[in-house]
Amino acid sequence: MSYLPFVLAAWIFLVGIFGIVRSRHFIHLVVSLSLTQSSTYVLLLSIGYVKHGGAPIFKDVPLGTKAVDPVVQALTLTDIVVSVTVAALLLAVAIEAKKHAKTMNPDELRPVRG
Amino acid sequence: MSRRARLALFGIAACGLAALLLWSITGLPKFGDYHGAYGKILDKAAPRERQTSNVVAAVVFDYRGFDTMGEELILFAAVMGVAMLLREPREEEAPVPEDPVRSDALRACGVSFAGATLVLGLWIVAHGYVTPGGGFQGGVILAAAFLLVWLAGSYRSYRRLTPVPIVELGEGTGAGGYVVIGLCALLIGDAFLQNLLPYGVAGKLSSGGSIPLLNWASGLEVTAAFVLLFNEFLSERAVLIDPTRRPS
Repeated sequence: MSYLPFVLAAWIFLVGIFGIVRSRHFIHLVVSLSLTQSSTYVLLLSIGYVKHGGAPIFKDVPLGTKAVDPVVQALTLTDIVVSVTVAALLLAVAIEAKKHAKTMNPDELRPVRG
Repeated sequence: MSRRARLALFGIAACGLAALLLWSITGLPKFGDYHGAYGKILDKAAPRERQTSNVVAAVVFDYRGFDTMGEELILFAAVMGVAMLLREPREEEAPVPEDPVRSDALRACGVSFAGATLVLGLWIVAHGYVTPGGGFQGGVILAAAFLLVWLAGSYRSYRRLTPVPIVELGEGTGAGGYVVIGLCALLIGDAFLQNLLPYGVAGKLSSGGSIPLLNWASGLEVTAAFVLLFNEFLSERAVLIDPTRRPS
């Protein structure tokens, strides 16, 4: 039980990569990549967890109360917003691929020639 | 490589990776038994040093402010990439299609939700460094308020509400403003992004020194970035549903 969150993060990571490898559709591929990235959130937040610790916010809570690590939370928070915009960039690439190659299947794309 | 061979290769590699991950996990401290000194020190020091009751905000905008600037510029670059990719092939703007939502109940609910969402977003940004929240979280909520106008109203009113030049101006001001606040500290002889303003009293809106400014800059940046993304993808859709234009 005490390692379950870390195992969960590793499992999400592997399932996400599996999704990318067997993908037949660009949108499925982007979602799989986002899933892979979300494993880092689970890992970061579970590393920073302190048993019986509260949120690291000391409004109306006396200073020195047991709280979880704020650094990993800050990393996760910026990461989420950035991962969404990167997913949007990849979806834009998918739209272009559909227009030019008329396919959404990564296997059917021919290599780009200069 | 055939699909079957690729999956087989992945199967072998994934088994190896899973074994390595499990092995490394057993070397980690147990869940809830955290040993990092940095976080513990910040939990004690940040509310006193920076007068910021939300320590996460103090980390994002002060202790790791330079890192957040990098994240903001990644956001900026990704959105610019989307705009460049999707705008070039659409030489002229497609005529704005008429697609108003016809259900009165849906329109009334949606519009009132849009107002409430806008206020919620502003509140989350404004109190970001006092209570849970901040520019990143609030910015996404603010962008969702604009999206609700499209969902419950019409594409036409969404476009009228978010003129591209203004959204682009907000995007640039948000990203540039963060850097300018950092440079102001250099001008008066401090380190880049060092605090300029008095810290005030923790728990008040006027607390935190430069943190509120950086918070609002990132709030503006995130709102504008997401509205711009919605704009680009919705314009793409407008080209697709317009019967007079077929995508080439």
